[in-house]
Amino acid sequence: MSAIDRAVRAPLATRRELTPKIGFGLAVVAAQLWLVPFAWMIVASLRPERFGGAGMASLIPDFVPSIGSFVEAWESADFPRYYLNTAIIAGGILAVQLVTITLAGYAFARLEFPGKRILFYLFLLQLMLVPVVLIVPNLTTIARLGLYDTLAGVMAPYFASAFGTFLMRQAFLAIPRELEEAALIDGAPWWRRIWHVYMPLAAPAFVAFAIISVTAHWNEFLWPLMVINSPDNRPLTVGLAAFTRGSEGAQAWGVIAAGTLIVVAPLLIGFALFQKRFVNSFVASGIK
Amino acid sequence: MVDIAGDDVLRQARQHSSTAAIGIPKPRVPLAYLLLLPSLIILAVFTYFPVLQVLWDSLHVRKTVRAVPTYGGVENYAAIFADKAFVNALANNAVYAFGTVVPSLILALGLAMALSRSTRVNTFLRSAFFLPVLIPLIAAASLFLFIFLPNVGLLDYYIGRHLTHTPNWLGDPDIALYSLIGLTIWKNAGYYMLFFLAGLQAVPPDAYEAAYLEGASPWQRLRYVTLPYLKPTIAFVGVIALLNVVTQVDHVFILTKGGPSDSTNLLLFYVYQQAVESYDLGKASAATIVSLAALFAITFTSLGTLERSFGGRGEP
Repeated sequence: MSAIDRAVRAPLATRRELTPKIGFGLAVVAAQLWLVPFAWMIVASLRPERFGGAGMASLIPDFVPSIGSFVEAWESADFPRYYLNTAIIAGGILAVQLVTITLAGYAFARLEFPGKRILFYLFLLQLMLVPVVLIVPNLTTIARLGLYDTLAGVMAPYFASAFGTFLMRQAFLAIPRELEEAALIDGAPWWRRIWHVYMPLAAPAFVAFAIISVTAHWNEFLWPLMVINSPDNRPLTVGLAAFTRGSEGAQAWGVIAAGTLIVVAPLLIGFALFQKRFVNSFVASGIK
Repeated sequence: MVDIAGDDVLRQARQHSSTAAIGIPKPRVPLAYLLLLPSLIILAVFTYFPVLQVLWDSLHVRKTVRAVPTYGGVENYAAIFADKAFVNALANNAVYAFGTVVPSLILALGLAMALSRSTRVNTFLRSAFFLPVLIPLIAAASLFLFIFLPNVGLLDYYIGRHLTHTPNWLGDPDIALYSLIGLTIWKNAGYYMLFFLAGLQAVPPDAYEAAYLEGASPWQRLRYVTLPYLKPTIAFVGVIALLNVVTQVDHVFILTKGGPSDSTNLLLFYVYQQAVESYDLGKASAATIVSLAALFAITFTSLGTLERSFGGRGEP
């Protein structure tokens, strides 16, 4: 996966040509355009005047920075609680997924059994029947299970992951069988062989999956919106949506910018720290 | 090959039988099924069963929310196709799909080609395109709420007020959907770029050299060298992009709520409206079935394309 990072020299052919230079120039312009919403978010959140004046849109920080918008955002929405709820949801889903995908991934990678092909296709089906499309029947199920308006209700549909199972299967397939056979001769039962042989060697795949899973559920909106009713159980996205609607009425754009920054900051910091891992995981997420 | 699981299970079975009371010997549950069981239960409850449930619900009608459902045949389907909001949502989704997927893919491919070498500057530029991918769609929508704001918003401040006729980005039914398309391209292009960057690694540099020596123009090299090699990647990214078009509607909640006059209503948002706002389970279920049909169509068409472009090496 590190293929992207491998430095690739420009082919001789194109070194003296104009087209690549024009392409690069356009990419530079586009990159600046792409950063504008982020630049505005930072500038506007620090602007002393919080309401929609004529200069609210200006990207030039021609003022003494003020944390007033952050204070107001922090006070008008219970962000610490939203954070906690999101952390519980994303962490809880990941913890259960790690168990289910490891077991299923091992079964598909190393065991032979009748119906393997059919079961494999049954798993594949989930890649298409994404839970988000099934919000209506799933909400009925969640209510029947008594999980309406609970964090467990938000998490439950994601406890199994076809994508994770395939990722683990691929990772386990790449581990030499001899290692497991050695453990088998030592008398290690299946769960010990998974724990001591497969899981440590598949660590990079686990990290890749963890990044994808956590980002996906950190960012999810529609399903938690359906399941959660009481404000105290809102995750960040649902909280932010309610907060934005409230502040929109007051035209408090600086406060919206500050609130949005509060929500996206951990992801941006995480990305800044583990840039390569993030990029590689996202590439892996496509290779289902 | 050694049957690793077999002897293991046998050993377990023997341990079992030595402790179990005399009677019927326990049937041997192969380990594989045991390992798949947790996933299968979840998949059954939240993926397979819901499909049947939603199909059943779509074929039944209730006079009131609490009434006992009775079989209604295609009544719900007739109802949604008679609903202007639904027909609009279908049409909007088609425009939205075409309007986001084609430009996103072209942009992503262009960026990947321009930034394919891993220099420091290029890595930084790639990050600029990747940042929107990381943040929640709902957060992106919160930012674009101001960007699209009439008169004082970012777009009007820098562009709109210099035009003779300032567009109302979210308030004009002829423009609003294209504003959402713009946001979606901004949000996802960087994601698709990653796949093209990976795909470009598979193009042998020699192929470019050869084309260059043959006197091929940059355009010809793109057409006859790059694109043929990238075919599988293009098909693959196209599928992901299309699936995203059907499954990601969060921005509609913040920016337009489907309006003005249903010009930005999308399928999944319509499902939500029917289920949560109108309590019409029948119509919501029928609309879900239509979405599922769309997903099936996308996946199967593209699986065919993928298989062909991989030359039959499509084994999962």
